Amino acid sequence: MTARRLDKGGRIDRSHSLKFSWDGRKIRGHAGDTLASALLANNEQILGRSFKYHRPRGIMSAGVEESGAIVTVGEGARRDANVKATTQELFDGLVATGQNAWPNVRHDAGAVSNLFSRFLVAGFYYKTFMGLPPFEWGEGTGWWMRYEKIIRRAAGMGTASREPDPDNYEHAHAFCDVLVVGAGPAGLNAALTAARAGLDVVLVEQDFEAGGDYLNQASDGSRLSELLSDLETAGVRLMTRTTAFGLYDHGTAGLLERVTNHLANPSQHMPRQRFWTLRAKQTILATGALERHVVFGNNDRPGVMTAAAARTYLNRFGVLPGEKIVISTNNDSAYIVAVDLAGSGAAVHLLDARSDIHADLAATLKGSDVHLTSGAAALNVRGNKGVSGLETALSSGMGWRQGGIEDCDLVLVSGGWSPVVNLASHRGAKPVWDGNNCCFLPGQTSEPVHMAGAAAGIWQTTACEVSGKAAGAAAANALGKSVATISMSGSAGWAHPISALYEVTVPGKKLKSFVDPQHDVTADDVRLAHREGMVSVEHLKRYTTLGMATDQGKMGNVIGMALMADALGKDISEVGTTTFRPPYTPVSLGALTGRNSGEHFRALRRTPMDRWNRDHEATMTDAGLWHRPWYFARPGETIKEAYIRETTTVRNSVGLCDVTSLGKIAVQGPDATEFLNRIYTNPFAKLAIGKARYGIMLRDDGMVMDDGTTWRLSETNYFMTTTTAHAAKVMVWLEELLHLRWPDLKVHVTSVSEQWAGCAVAGPKSRDVLAACVEDADLVSNDSLPFMGVVEARLKNGVPCRIARISFSGEMASEVYVPSDYAPAMMDLLWKAAEVLDGCLYGMEALGALRIEKGHVTGVELDGRVTIEDAGLGKMASNKKDYIGNVLRQRPDMMREDRARLVGIFPKDRSQTFNAGTILCKSDEVSGHGEGWITGVTYSPTFGHWIGIGFINGGHNAWQDKSVTVADPVRRENVDVEIVSPHMYDPDGGRHLG
Amino acid sequence: MIRIPCPYCGERDHSEFTYGGDGSITYPALDAPMADWLEAVFERENVRGLQLETWHHVMGCRMWLLVERDTMTHEIHSVRAAHTGLAAVLEEKS
Repeated sequence: MTARRLDKGGRIDRSHSLKFSWDGRKIRGHAGDTLASALLANNEQILGRSFKYHRPRGIMSAGVEESGAIVTVGEGARRDANVKATTQELFDGLVATGQNAWPNVRHDAGAVSNLFSRFLVAGFYYKTFMGLPPFEWGEGTGWWMRYEKIIRRAAGMGTASREPDPDNYEHAHAFCDVLVVGAGPAGLNAALTAARAGLDVVLVEQDFEAGGDYLNQASDGSRLSELLSDLETAGVRLMTRTTAFGLYDHGTAGLLERVTNHLANPSQHMPRQRFWTLRAKQTILATGALERHVVFGNNDRPGVMTAAAARTYLNRFGVLPGEKIVISTNNDSAYIVAVDLAGSGAAVHLLDARSDIHADLAATLKGSDVHLTSGAAALNVRGNKGVSGLETALSSGMGWRQGGIEDCDLVLVSGGWSPVVNLASHRGAKPVWDGNNCCFLPGQTSEPVHMAGAAAGIWQTTACEVSGKAAGAAAANALGKSVATISMSGSAGWAHPISALYEVTVPGKKLKSFVDPQHDVTADDVRLAHREGMVSVEHLKRYTTLGMATDQGKMGNVIGMALMADALGKDISEVGTTTFRPPYTPVSLGALTGRNSGEHFRALRRTPMDRWNRDHEATMTDAGLWHRPWYFARPGETIKEAYIRETTTVRNSVGLCDVTSLGKIAVQGPDATEFLNRIYTNPFAKLAIGKARYGIMLRDDGMVMDDGTTWRLSETNYFMTTTTAHAAKVMVWLEELLHLRWPDLKVHVTSVSEQWAGCAVAGPKSRDVLAACVEDADLVSNDSLPFMGVVEARLKNGVPCRIARISFSGEMASEVYVPSDYAPAMMDLLWKAAEVLDGCLYGMEALGALRIEKGHVTGVELDGRVTIEDAGLGKMASNKKDYIGNVLRQRPDMMREDRARLVGIFPKDRSQTFNAGTILCKSDEVSGHGEGWITGVTYSPTFGHWIGIGFINGGHNAWQDKSVTVADPVRRENVDVEIVSPHMYDPDGGRHLG
Repeated sequence: MIRIPCPYCGERDHSEFTYGGDGSITYPALDAPMADWLEAVFERENVRGLQLETWHHVMGCRMWLLVERDTMTHEIHSVRAAHTGLAAVLEEKS
């Protein structure tokens, strides 16, 4: 092949030269080039090495179906592997390299595997390495895994960068009346018709230039310019460099916009790509068709490409891809290609597989120097690294016989056209085989999706234009506009019948013919799969990996099916097709992620006293979406020293802890009391105003859902708190009950979690702190504010507050809530009072130590598999009233005494430690799932050793005097423990009374 | 992504909603026999075709809705407020 840039013609800007590098060499192209056209213009032939055999590969197409020119673009962190050179827009400074080759694509040591290619057929790896001695003597799949690693290294494609992606990606949303996919002759006309009917139209085009097949035609482009200017006037939103990669339910489309992939120096604020979710009322698919190749010997050599691709390189990019060209076709579309190439000075020999050429068709070659041979086709390409000649085949009865040898440097192939039915297939419209056109056509769908142009099997430009207008009118009418219906006139299909041609062979000749070049699947592989019992297309695909490469079968699927049908002696329509799924072309993970990466991976919730906590030396930790203080280290303190000090201070004096993250719900209305009485297991009917009560709520199935305190503020007004973890779930649950089950109850629930900031004041001196901070100290005396009492008061700085005397730590304690904006003011006041009493600020770690000592459960214990008895709270299940979950919690299995119950855990040797997440076993039976598990551990300053909380079958009574071992096989050795009551600290509960 | 026409907010992405469950279930009284509760909580039809479902417009108006959806096609046949009183108010207004 000797390709060269022509002096004139094409849509490139010859005055604008671009420097780029290919495999380390600096070469030039022009603005308007793709990487492929620029490489072709520089006569670069070998651009890649194949997946399995390391065969040299060059440009095979001019679009997204490319399976040869697959390269790596960019360097360092911006290295992008497996980029199709045919779709990469050229820019100044672009760096591209070959892949899957060493030292380079022109001289590749891995090509040695081609010599062993007869051993590397479909299923080879599995047959050789799986289940066969010596590879798997009693080793399971262990040996296979080791061999697989070596094989994987030899096979493959580009290598992704291991560095973090330095670019930004965006998610964007849009709406429109009509989405048109594809800006070719059909799509442009469809968009214009719909927009002129007054509709909001979005037209997306994957190419960097709108025009589709107009761009490939040898014309001055005036028709296209006119259409584009009309579209602008009509207000169509045209999005180029944007791929509609998937169609989803109810008119939703996924679009990928490549914003900076074509820019040499994108500005910092621009995202690399934008992931659009577009909702359209009507969708028109004018996605065109892809030209098929034909299976013949060495049909993967650099210098073999589709006929239409050559026309694109010639007319759009001003590159003549060869001097002596043979075109092998079975349909009319290659004739204009032959004429255009001959007109640019190439010697062109056109082989038409059809024996009878209609005079009208032959006449289209008149005036050109194209030499036409009918009843002929390409059989075998000569040349190792390129095309040096072509053995031809001549029609012989139903088959072929060996013909002569053509001297040539470029072989063009047209095996017919496959409409791009992918997007319709995403919507469940199963493609239908059309024997007359030798292609799959989009199936029927009841959704508002219209097909237009070549995507619907319409081949001629003028017919495509009419078909676009018809689709635009149909979409407009479906949206209530009154537009004259346009009907398709004339033939939609071929003017002269196409003849089915998928493979060319002659008896007795051994050929290396590729069906899916990207995965190195040959025609023999397909036949081998059939011989080995793969009878359906789905089996064929999985056995040979046909259609599983980055082009997802765009190049080889139809041919593979045709060969399979032939082997089965069936028609293609009986073999079926595989289902196309999104994405149409690859979508980068960055685009899917958008801005949700790094610290923005998920939402972050900060409490209104977050800054205050950090200003007071809090080390923060994650608690669900929340950031909460973990511990408040003094200079030189470790985390352990800090939380032990904090825990001890709470037990001896007083501590303050941010509890804002607890869920808070206002339950209001005349039936609020009845409502609470139905959802909590314990009675709420007689809760006095100014009192709080700890409550447990169950799910319908009787398992514990959540716990918390609910405060009665007035006759009809309650303030409910939930755990941090279940706050949202409880709110949804209450709404569900009120809307769906008990619409007669006059109750309103409102989430007020964001409105109130809370601080726990815990320890024997907590009342002193409160007394120092409220305007009227009498309000917090033991009489006014006894255990479980609630008061509404005013802080000394004038801030209104709610105080409840409730205790999570086991000490005398209260929770104080103020409107969120006053949180720092409250903390300033409370801390000033606590500090003089030698108090402390405490975080999650000390909170955990305090509650484990006390045996209080949290979300870790209430994991949805726990009954109220399991949690040791059976006394709270009323037998005097009905409530949610009461019936099903009494299922026999859930009342069994030997269920895993909450217990405390001490190490037998008090100097030992153990971990949470471990299994509790009988000491003489450390195996299997054991008898229980540990949910939390802490060093206990009160006991002076480590303690734990967890569950074990039968509870602590069943394990008195029995030996239990904590099994921790992965992290450390086992530890012998004692099972004790979960109420390890102050079991009689005297301390919280003060 | 399916789109749900909320009677309060208009047509919205399903990501604004959470799926509740089978909308055809009538939950028994709190003191009903265990057999009734077992059936209401655990027994479900695996419907192919039109199904009545509950959805919660959790990122919108927070209304619980009854949605008739075709499980084969995702086609939505009707949407109404699940709360009978609120549904009646909407009916009057429209």
